[in-house]
Amino acid sequence: MDNGLWLSLAFYLLAATILGSAFLVVLLRNIVHSVLWLAVCFVSLAGLYLTLDADFLAAIQVLIYAGAVCIMVVFGIMLIQRADMKQTNLFNKQTKAAAGVVALVLAVTGYLSAVTQWGNAKTPVPKETVGSLAELMLTKYVIPFEVAAILLLVALVGAIIIAKEVKG
Amino acid sequence: MLPLTVGLTHYVVLSALLFAIGLFGVLSKRNAVAVLICIELMLNAVNINLIAFSKYITPTLFIGQLFAVFVITVAAAEVGVGLAIIIAIYRNRLSVNLDDFDWLKW
Repeated sequence: MDNGLWLSLAFYLLAATILGSAFLVVLLRNIVHSVLWLAVCFVSLAGLYLTLDADFLAAIQVLIYAGAVCIMVVFGIMLIQRADMKQTNLFNKQTKAAAGVVALVLAVTGYLSAVTQWGNAKTPVPKETVGSLAELMLTKYVIPFEVAAILLLVALVGAIIIAKEVKG
Repeated sequence: MLPLTVGLTHYVVLSALLFAIGLFGVLSKRNAVAVLICIELMLNAVNINLIAFSKYITPTLFIGQLFAVFVITVAAAEVGVGLAIIIAIYRNRLSVNLDDFDWLKW
């Protein structure tokens, strides 16, 4: 199966890129570099979604995460960091405790995902992803869809009011 | 051939690793913006899980993909409000170091 081989090759390449860039996001000392690697991580996650037959979500990932979220975080950094950027992303004193907690979480999730018997459906994902998503969104899940719209509006207004200085 | 075949377990393990990296960053970073972007990493790990379940367990229902869309929406709102809060705190305290924010401690 030639296609499966290419798919697993793509998976391993993308997984290596995702994990490597995520490590760099956490480990680099300059926060602007961290955000740059965050963008790399998001774009390779979009590639991973393509291997999962989710083309619409890959497009959304590039648009919202790699585009909007990264740019917004960079703007936020430019508004709050005045001094030099070299030592802006340091570790605090609880690094060892954090490593212990993370090792515990990783052990539990790894064990559970290795043990669980996943029910594996053999049918392929339909080609029409956007149409199916739109149909679900406007029929069965129309109330969560509207609530998400209200949430975005409230977040927009709230962000403006919080970031704007309120003269008391 | 068999060990190279990618299945649901591979995606779940990748997601667990990404979530662990994000959790480590959230717990151990000093800069508030760094904590925010590590939370984004964790939310993306959740999205990998949802989309992989959608492909391998319920391929025709699309509920996992739909849920991932909602997760992305909430994450975008969270980044906006989180950055606004950080900017407001910086204006009062001239710092984004989370160790300085201990007003509620007594």
